[in-house]
Amino acid sequence: MAGANTHQAKTQFGYRRHSDQDRPGQNPAEHPVVVVGAGPVGLSLAIDLAQRGQRVVLLDDADRIGEGSRAICFSKRSLEYWDRLGVADRMVDKGVVWSVGRIFHGESQLYQFNLLPEDGHKRPAFINLQQYYAEAYLVDRIGDLPGIDLRWRNKVTAVEQRNDSVALTIETPEGAHRLHGQYVVACDGARSSLRQMVGAEFAGQVFEDQFLIADVKMTAEFPTERWFWFDPPFHAGRSALLHRQPDDVWRIDLQLSRDADPVVEKKPENVRPRLARMLGHDKFEFEWISLYKFQCRRMDRFIHGRVIFAGDSAHQVSPFGARGANSGLEDAENLSWKLDRVLRGTSPASLLESYHVERSGAADENIRESTRSTDFMAPNSHQEARLRQAVLSLAKETEFGKRMVNGGRLSVPCSYDSPLSSPDADAWDAGPRPGCSMLDAPVAGQAYLTDAFRQDGTDFTLLSFSNGAAIDAPDGVKDILIGGESGLADPSGLVAKRYDAEPGSAYLLRPDGYVAARFRHPTREAITAALSRAAGLN
Amino acid sequence: MPLSTSSNFALPDDAFRAIVEAHRGLTDEQSADFDAALVLILANHIGDIDVLREALVLAKRRMIDGQQQQQQQQ
Repeated sequence: MAGANTHQAKTQFGYRRHSDQDRPGQNPAEHPVVVVGAGPVGLSLAIDLAQRGQRVVLLDDADRIGEGSRAICFSKRSLEYWDRLGVADRMVDKGVVWSVGRIFHGESQLYQFNLLPEDGHKRPAFINLQQYYAEAYLVDRIGDLPGIDLRWRNKVTAVEQRNDSVALTIETPEGAHRLHGQYVVACDGARSSLRQMVGAEFAGQVFEDQFLIADVKMTAEFPTERWFWFDPPFHAGRSALLHRQPDDVWRIDLQLSRDADPVVEKKPENVRPRLARMLGHDKFEFEWISLYKFQCRRMDRFIHGRVIFAGDSAHQVSPFGARGANSGLEDAENLSWKLDRVLRGTSPASLLESYHVERSGAADENIRESTRSTDFMAPNSHQEARLRQAVLSLAKETEFGKRMVNGGRLSVPCSYDSPLSSPDADAWDAGPRPGCSMLDAPVAGQAYLTDAFRQDGTDFTLLSFSNGAAIDAPDGVKDILIGGESGLADPSGLVAKRYDAEPGSAYLLRPDGYVAARFRHPTREAITAALSRAAGLN
Repeated sequence: MPLSTSSNFALPDDAFRAIVEAHRGLTDEQSADFDAALVLILANHIGDIDVLREALVLAKRRMIDGQQQQQQQQ
C-alpha cells in the first residue's frame, strides 16, 4: 500500500546466501543466540543483545517489512527502551506525540484524561507511529551493529532440543540447512510456528465481537488525541475509536456485530459509507483495512528448554490498551540482560527462569486489563449491559462513574513480584518499590535521569543521593550520584521527590531499569547482597 | 473493616421502605436499571474492595442456599 512505500526508510530486503549454508549437515554452524522473527520485538532484542556485546543471528521468513500500520501506539516505557537502543529520537521525530484521551457517550463528551499530566519526563506518554516505520528504523539501526547477522527469507521448519543447544532446520530459496544456537528466542508472532514446533499450547479466550480497523488518509482538523465513543450517533449501539498517525493517516476502529460477515464487512465499498457517517464526508483514501476478533491467550511456560518465547508468540491481548507491541518490547528488555549474563557465565542459567516469572505475571496483568476493557465494550449479558449503561449514565455527573468507564486502559510498565527483588527494610512513603520501573526526572543541563542511566551501556546501577559520604558501588555496578559537589544537580527537586529520597538514600537499578532494592542507609554488604539476588546468584 | 451485618439503621423499616418506594411504578426492566445504578453508587460509597467482596459472597450464598432448599423440597 502507498503508505509503506513512500517513506525514506528501506522496507524491501534481499535474500543473501551465508557461508553457514555451505557447511555439511552433520557439522552445522554454532551460534550463541538465534532470534527468530524480525518484528519490533525480535529487532529490539537483537539490538539490545548486540549492544551488550553478543553476536546475534536474526532470522525472518519474509524479505520485507510487513504491510499495514498494525501496532500504532508506543508507550513512554518503550520509548525509554528505544532510547537505550539508539532509535528513540527518530521514532519520536516521525511519530505524533499524544497524552490526552476523550471518551464520548452518544453525542456528548463524558470526560477526558491525560496520561502524563506532569512535566519533567524526557519521553511523552505515547507516540503513534505505524509499525512499519518502527520496524524500518530498527532495521536501519541494525546496520550500525556488526554483531547482528540479519538473514531474510530464512524460515525455521524444525526445532530439535539438544543438551547444550537447539538445532534449527532452516528453509531458504536455495534449500535447507541447519544451525545450532545455544539459545533460540522465538519472536515470531501470534501464529508462532516455533510454538507449534515445541508442542506448546496457546490457551485463552476468543471473544465473539468483531472489530473493523480502517486506516484512512485525509486532512482533518481533529486534535492529536485519542477519541473513543460508546454508542456514537454515527454507529448506534457500538463503540468506535479515532486516533491520529503520521502522514495524515488516521486509525479508525469500529465495533461490528457478532454475526457480521468478515468478507463482506472488509470490502471498501461497505467500509466507506460507515466512515463517511462518522467523519461527515468521504474525502479519504484507504491505507489499510483489517478485521479482527479480540483474543487473550498466553503460553503456560515462556521457556521450553533452550527456546524462549517473547512478544505475541508468548502472549496475545486485545487491542485498545496498547499492550501488544509494548509488552513485547518489555519482554525484550527483560530478557536481553539476563540472556547476556547467562551467555557470559556471570549468572547461572536459572536466572532465565525469572524472565518467565516476571513476564508471564505481566502477561496475566495485561490479559486481565484487556479482558475487562473488552467486556465493558462488548457486554456478555443483559445484566452486564445494564451495569455498563448505569456506569455511562452516572459518569455524566459523578467522578466515580467516569473512573469506571473502560474504553481501554493504556499500557504502563508492570510491577514484578519477583525473586530478584529485595524487599524494603526501611520506611518509604513514595518512590518506585523493588520490582517497579525507575521513574524519569530532569537533572542538570538539558538532560534526564534516563539519559544518565543509559550512558555507557546499561548495567546494574546504584542511584544514590549525596550526603557527603559517598557509598562505593560494588565492582561492575555503575554509579549515578545526585547532588553534592561531584553529583548531578537536581534543580527542580523532582529526582528526590519522585524517589522519596533523603540524603544518603540509594536505589539499586537492574540493567532493564527496574528497581532491585532500595536503602535509606545503604551499606556495602546490603548492596552486595541485593546485587547477588538480582543477578540470580543465590 | 469487615462487612457489617448487624443492624445499622436506627429505623430499618424506613430504609427498606425508601428502597421499595423507589421501585414503585417501575417495570421490572426499569427496576433492574435502577438497581444497577444504586449498587454502583453504594459500592463506591463503601469504597472498600474487601467489604464489597464479602457483600457479594453473602448475596450469592443466599441464592445458592435458596437453590439447595428448592432441590431438597423436590
